[in-house]
Order: sequence, then structure tokens, then C-alpha cells
Amino acid sequence: MAELTMVEAINLALHQEMKQDDKVVVLGEDVGRDGGIFRVTKDLIEELGEDRVIDTPLAESGILGFSIGMALRGLKPVPEMQFSGFSYLGFHQIESHASRLRWRTRGHFNVPMVVRMPYGGGVRALEHHSESREVFYAHMPGLKLVVPSGPRNARSLLIAAIRDPDPVVFFEPKASYRAFREEVPDEEEVAEIGPAGILREGDGLTIVAWGAMTPVALAAAEQLAEDSGIEADVIDLTTLAPLDFGTIAQSVKRTGRCVVVHEAPLTYGPGGEIAARLQEEAFLSLKAPVARIAGPDVHMPYFAREKSYLPTADRIIEVSRAVLNY
Amino acid sequence: MPRTPTGPDFSVDYLSILDESGEADQDLLPDFSEDQLLKGFRTMLLARRFDERRLKLQRSGKIGTFAPVNGQEAAQVGTISTLREDDWFVPSYRETAANFWRGAKPADMLVFDAGYNEGIVIPEGARNLPNAVPVGTQMLQAAGIGYAARLAGSDEVVMTYFGDGATSQGDFHEALNFASVFDCPVVFVCQNNQYAISVPVSRQTRSKTLAQKAIAYGIDGIQVDGNDIFACFVAANEAVRRAREGKRPTLIECVTYRLEMHTTADDPSRYREDEEVEKWRKRDPIERLEIFLRDRDLMNDDRLKSMEDEIAAAIDAAWQDAEGRIEKAEGPQAMFDHILDGATDELIRQKKQMTNGYGGISGYG
Repeated sequence: MAELTMVEAINLALHQEMKQDDKVVVLGEDVGRDGGIFRVTKDLIEELGEDRVIDTPLAESGILGFSIGMALRGLKPVPEMQFSGFSYLGFHQIESHASRLRWRTRGHFNVPMVVRMPYGGGVRALEHHSESREVFYAHMPGLKLVVPSGPRNARSLLIAAIRDPDPVVFFEPKASYRAFREEVPDEEEVAEIGPAGILREGDGLTIVAWGAMTPVALAAAEQLAEDSGIEADVIDLTTLAPLDFGTIAQSVKRTGRCVVVHEAPLTYGPGGEIAARLQEEAFLSLKAPVARIAGPDVHMPYFAREKSYLPTADRIIEVSRAVLNY
Repeated sequence: MPRTPTGPDFSVDYLSILDESGEADQDLLPDFSEDQLLKGFRTMLLARRFDERRLKLQRSGKIGTFAPVNGQEAAQVGTISTLREDDWFVPSYRETAANFWRGAKPADMLVFDAGYNEGIVIPEGARNLPNAVPVGTQMLQAAGIGYAARLAGSDEVVMTYFGDGATSQGDFHEALNFASVFDCPVVFVCQNNQYAISVPVSRQTRSKTLAQKAIAYGIDGIQVDGNDIFACFVAANEAVRRAREGKRPTLIECVTYRLEMHTTADDPSRYREDEEVEKWRKRDPIERLEIFLRDRDLMNDDRLKSMEDEIAAAIDAAWQDAEGRIEKAEGPQAMFDHILDGATDELIRQKKQMTNGYGGISGYG
């Protein structure tokens, strides 16, 4: 058991999985000698060699299309997009091929690959480095979208994603890369893709979050309990596709109130889907409209203003109170 | 500090063996057995006749739109016939003749053309990828397959097909670049059929040839008469050997012509003159092979008639089979199959809803 950051935990998962399965390969820009610009792939090339830890030409479509081919021929590629904001240069490889090849070949081929990409704001980065566009990937049939919220589940979810027979997009909240440490067991730990985590229980309301918003939601819930004695369920959606709606519904049927928090812009954001599903399946349990707390419908601002863009614990508390007083 | 040339100083070969009149260059002509020649000829003829039938079926509303192969049969059969069974075939969407060579069944294709994914039948273990519709995107997958094959210590090779329009895509560049940088055993077969729907190749590039683009990636490129099955074969055979033994990719440009429309939804008279089409009809890949075979007494009127009759009967039987399968096809719930390894709860719910009534899905109920 060691206290690891999320970067170290993902690195541990890659080391362990690559050592025990020689089909796993890592590829991307600067993932080899440099160890990745965030050092997520640190020391892999030294240990596993450059045939399996591949510094590629600078071409996102190339990395993804090449990975699909590798997967078709029996490897389990783990390509890295340096930032999710650059993944659009290879978007068509995911939409047109990775997500469809199982369906298009009626199961003759499948594409077991994990596309890792750091996403989200909070690290004072440049343009195209801070967006949160999970809906692009959550909207695609045939694709899974996993978003860890801390070092321990980042490690166990990544191993699960690598072992999954279908393509997985693995969104890494870069704001959480080094923000805190967690105990991560030395022995292998494999999570299940799909089920949401319940981080905190209470009957007052349900707060749903994922990625870097999960610790913010948790902090808000603690504050709310301390200030007002209102206890909230905090649900950590570690998988956005397929969505574990059952866990959300079960909680909201009990609490009657729900607040969804995400960095993605409000309009057509994942909160809309969750709210719609709740009014379809838990309408009579709702004591207040489902609230969404999200980024505004603007481009992610340059970093001087990103703190105003990103949902905060204070905003979650304020909106939660409004929902409670509805 | 002088300004000095750094190179490269290059030229690109053009290969032609069987000319328009059916005369072959004896020095360049490889040894073929009678069986090989007749199998190649039959595959080309089958593809041609199959398309003629498909056009009628499409015009009468029995099947949907498709992309005819007419005119490109030699470019496909000449190249694909250099592969072993354990090699990989990574097509675009017009590779009917190559698909037949790789064992595709006309009946399956007709079921697919009628709009049913049940028509996609890949035999167990077969290394044939399905049609790739977004132009040029499949070439990168070919490169990745090649990398994985090399890493596995296998000597299999990958052959991927695309057109002149695809050479304008970024993925073309990325695929050739990756294949070269990573020593991938891939043969890139460009069927330059002169048009990307309506846009002529002169609007795709100012390069004199498409083959010369290989030079920029440090790989071999060659241009061949794409209506000459022997030139296509020889170039592909060299490229396959280079891939299998040397782990190096090759770009082959087959200069050919799409005698029919892009797809059945297209009207080529809007963008090209009849005289141009007629000029290319005189260069028909099947006719010139037929002359060659007749000159060697491998073909005569009787033999041709019996081959035509056998092909017509095979296509009749295929449509009969396909029609039966279409009539008995499963309901729309089949659309839910093979989305993921196992169905999610939500997919199960939606599929159930569709079982109870068609016409979209609701979250309500």
C-alpha cells in the first residue's frame, strides 16, 4: 500500500498490466523517452522496450487508426491523446471505425483499445487544453466512456478498461493528476466498468458528479452537513457510458432532490440526459426540479478566467439550498 | 555558405505488360498456369456481370445504392491475387472483384446491398475487413495491422485499397508515414480511376503521378497500367515480397477508369464527356485479357459461352438465395446486436420496447 497521485496510480496500472500481458502496447506523442508530458507513461519504455512503448509521429488520426489496426491483429493498444482537445483530429477513427467494427462485422472483429486523454480545466493551461467534452464520446454507440475521480479508482478502472473487449475512452481529470494522494494497494485491483460509486450517504439530496468535480461535490456536501445538518448522497459516476442510471434513480427516489455537476457546458451537457431520465423514471419522487451546475455555453476561457468558468463548492451549496427550499 | 541541392532526385516507373490490343511483353510476362489465368479472368467477368445484374436490381428497387466496379477489375484481381490466405485485405467500398477473389459470396453481398447487415458474413478466421466508407480512413488500420503482425513475428502482409480522391486525405499521409516509420508490411493499392465522384484527379493534386508521393515517405512507389492485369500482378507481387521479407511498405498507383457511375445515385454525364468514356472502353481490362487468352487457345467462343452461362446461373442462384434470406430476415431488433460485447441494461430496455412496437424509442416506459 502506497500513497499515490493519480499520475502515479495510472502509471502503476500501465506497468502492471503491460508486464503481465505482452499484448498491451502504449503509443502516442512523447509517451516513450519523455514518459509523457504529464509523466503518466514514465519509465515504461525503459522497462518494456520501444516496440511496446511507441513514440509516434505527431498525428492524432494516425495514432488512433494505427491503434485500431493493432487491436484487429490481436494487440491491446492504449493510445494517448496528449490533450482531449487534440482528439478531434482523430475523432473520425473513433466514431467511424473503433466504435463500429464489432457491429459492422457482426462480431467477427472487435477493437479492444483504451484511448487515454487528459481533459478538463484547472491547471492554467493554454487554449484547447482544458475543455470537457465528454458528451462527444458518451453519445456514440459501441463505445465506453470511463472517468476516474481519484488515484485508486484511476488505477483499478484503467486495468478494467484494458481488459475490456470493447473500445474505451478513458478521460483523465488533469486537475486531479497531482492534486491529492490516495492509498493504492500494491496488489492488483480491478474495478467494474459501469457501476457508479456512492461516496457519501444522506437523505437530504443527491449530488451527482464525475472526474475533477467529484472532490468538489464531496467538499460541498461536507460543508452543507456542517453548516446546515443536511446530509447528501454523493454519487461518483466513474462511467458515463454505459450510464449507471439505476444508482442515481435509487438515490433520488429516496432523497427527492438532485443536483448534477459538470465542467462541460450546460446546454446539451450530460446533466440534461440525467435530468430527463429522472423525470421519466422518478417523476413522482421529485420534490424539486433537477438542478444542473455546469460550465457556461462558451469556449473554455483563457486561464485567467477559468476559475469563474468551473463549478465551485460554493455554487453547489448555493444551488443545493435552492433545491432544498423549492 | 552555398545553396546546394539536397535531393531527392527521383523518377517513378510506369509498368505495362499487356497492351490494349491484347499483346503481351514476353520479357515482363510472368509464368502463369492455365488455371491461374482462367481463375483471374472468371473473377473479373463475374464482378462485371454481377454489377450489371445489381444495376437492374437497384433500378427496380430490389436493392439499394452500390458502387459499381466496372473498369477496375484488373487493378483489383491483379493485386489481390498476390496474397496468401493468411494475409490481410483492407478494402474501401468498391472492391467487389477483390472481395470475390477473397471468397465473398454474391448472395451475401446482395443481402447487404438490400440493406441488411446479415449480408456481412466473414468466414471464421478470415482476415477480410468490411467496406470502409469514409474515404481513406482504412489505410491507417492497415498500417496498424502490419505493425502488430511484425511484432508477433509473423510474415503476413496487409493490402489496402483506396482511390485517387483518398490521396488528398490527411489519413493517406499519416498512413504512409506511419507504415514507413514503423516498418509495416503493407501494400497500398491506389486505384486511380480518374474521378472522386465528379472531381477529376487534376483537382486532387498537381503531382504528375500519385505514385511519386511514396518518395516523400521514403518508400517505393510505382505506377502501373491499371487495366493490365499482368502489370498489376507484377507490381503487387514485388510489393508483397518487399513487405513479407523486408517489412517495407509500397505504394502502387493503378491507372484505371471507372466506366460506370460513382454509385447508382450518381449521374456521370454531369461531369464527363461520352468520348472520354468511349476512349477508356477501348482499354477494357477484361477484353484485352480475353484476346490474350484466345491467342493462346485458352479461350474460344464455346468456352466463353459456357463460362458466361455458369456465371449467369451463379448470379441467378445468388439472387434467389438472397431474396429468400431477405424475406426471412429478422425484425428490426437485430439492429441492437453486436453494439458491445454484452448488451447494456438500457439497450435491453430499448430493444424490448421495439419488440412491442416500432417507430423510434422513448425514455417513457
